[in-house]
Amino acid sequence: MALGELSGLPMGEATRDAFGRALEELGATYPNVVTVDGDVGNSTRTEWFANAFPERGFNVGIAESNMVSVAGGLASCGKTPVVASFAAFLLCNAFDQIRMSVAFPRLNVKLVGTHAGISIGEDGPSQMGVEDVALACSLADTVVMVTSDGASTRAATKAMLEHDGPTYLRCGRPKVPVIYDGDVPFTIGKANTVREGGDVAIVANGLMVATSLDAAALLAKEGIEARVLDMHTAKPIDEEAVAKAAEETGAIVVAEEHLAAGGLGAIVASTVVRTKPVPMAFVNLGDSYAESGDPDGLLEKYGLTAEAVAAAVRGVKG
Amino acid sequence: MSEKPSIEELEAKADLLRCHAIRMTTEAGSGHPSSSLSAAEVTAALYFGGYLNVDPANPTMPERDRFILSKGHACPILYAAMAERGYFPVEDLMTLRKLGSPIEGHPNLRRLPGIEASTGSLGQGLSIGVGQALGCRMDGHANRVFVVIGDGEMGEGQVWEAIATAAKYKLGNLTAIIDQNGYQQTGSTKTVLDQTPFADRIAPFGWHTQTINGNSMAEVVSALDAAVAVTDQPTMIVAETKKGAGIIPILEELGDSNLHGQPLKPEWAEKAIALLQS
Ligand SMILES: Cc1ncc(C[n+]2csc(CCOP(=O)(O)OP(=O)(O)O)c2C)c(N)n1
Ligand SMILES: [Mg+2]
Repeated sequence: MALGELSGLPMGEATRDAFGRALEELGATYPNVVTVDGDVGNSTRTEWFANAFPERGFNVGIAESNMVSVAGGLASCGKTPVVASFAAFLLCNAFDQIRMSVAFPRLNVKLVGTHAGISIGEDGPSQMGVEDVALACSLADTVVMVTSDGASTRAATKAMLEHDGPTYLRCGRPKVPVIYDGDVPFTIGKANTVREGGDVAIVANGLMVATSLDAAALLAKEGIEARVLDMHTAKPIDEEAVAKAAEETGAIVVAEEHLAAGGLGAIVASTVVRTKPVPMAFVNLGDSYAESGDPDGLLEKYGLTAEAVAAAVRGVKG
Repeated sequence: MSEKPSIEELEAKADLLRCHAIRMTTEAGSGHPSSSLSAAEVTAALYFGGYLNVDPANPTMPERDRFILSKGHACPILYAAMAERGYFPVEDLMTLRKLGSPIEGHPNLRRLPGIEASTGSLGQGLSIGVGQALGCRMDGHANRVFVVIGDGEMGEGQVWEAIATAAKYKLGNLTAIIDQNGYQQTGSTKTVLDQTPFADRIAPFGWHTQTINGNSMAEVVSALDAAVAVTDQPTMIVAETKKGAGIIPILEELGDSNLHGQPLKPEWAEKAIALLQS
């Protein structure tokens, strides 16, 4: 069954495509924006911006750590560099450069990691960013966003350009269902409730928002009404929304396409413990790397399905 | 290996590996055939020209030679060589990139015996090779480590750090080969990042260097012979190649002389294989 089918969501665009289009469109309004690429602009879609504004696109070659520090230099001259690569190569290859050339000096660099998660499929685990959210969230005073669909990614792209300071936006490779039609309410640090429900709250990000809506459709047939929160900002976390969900539903499941350690689950759990402790369950990639395969087969094999989310809900309610 | 195969036999092997690489990526519907094809002569010479002392039946034999494909996306050519050398059945090649298959989109040493390094994030293979060359030397093995690097991959600063380290330790048991096919993902290396001439830049670090036509089997074989004769410094072979070598007319017809990361559609794959077999 295709993602979003159970909850009747139409298929939409890939979040990397939405990011690329939004950046190209916003280029004229934000004259300080420049892109720094590491020979993957045709994958991350920053080439659309660079083709539209050739004098504002830099490609340093396959050299991620250099790329990030170059962006730091551009930012310290008042530019707003958008630095995109595969999430795995950006965060993992250039982490010290992100720390020393971006986060520590608190420069206005916009990091964008595409090809996140196992849903990239056939290219396999070396190309799958599954630690990026943990790494990005570990950086002090850095905004971390993981968007769920095209419209919210466009809104996040604008919000990241408006924000003064380091940001990380995580995007995916495959097409994902439309979560928002029309205007998206998008404020950094404010979760969106995409389904109301009082029996349990599912907090999700990325493509797991659609999966969670599918799970909610399954659960509704069993008489369980699940609230689904699109927690598009992992940092700063929307503490109020988490506390309210815990208070009003009494059980929380967190679903994400990321390793267990340091991801959304860990962040929400620490928030729940501090505000309103309730039983929790987690749907994520656990503590192991995946493999090559077709995206749907991988999501199934590694337990990122509507059925897995529904089972976690039953467990936590049980 | 006992008898050294002739240049003609090795050329035929290289084209056989090319056919496998094309078939398997077309079947998978994704992958990097053009990046595989430029390295066909080097890979065939290493696995079948008597240079790689490995035993598929005993893939962890400590004194074996090591082959690291640092440009891991070109792994179809490596898998083809491994299958022909007897690591696994040739039929398994067609499971490339399929769920459950150890023949993954990029080499994964935890899943496939005979893979010496998990690669796919460019820039790290030569450093791993330096570590293996140091380790093997400590253990007194008279073996050799071979590393194949992409010319775009040379943009990673880490490769240059490894070049310096290998020279410092005079790693005479390390041979690196740059597959200089002139292209990287977003265009030609001339437009993205031109670091040629590689030999002139690398020799001053303390490396023995040679620059050859990397798609000429005769030149590859004599360069490897010269490299393995050097034992007091690391050796670099700059292999000038063509991306998609062997099926250049097909790339021309498709109007893309890079064709990076694109499998051939079945009808084009058939044409390409016919060309290689003609
Ligand atoms: C660290 C890292 N950055 C980016 C990529 C994405 N990528 C895969 S292949 C490639 C181009 C490689 O060019 P080259 O080394 O010249 O190899 P070729 O395909 O030409 O043989 C890029 C940028 C990667 N795999 N690893
Ligand atoms: Mg190249």
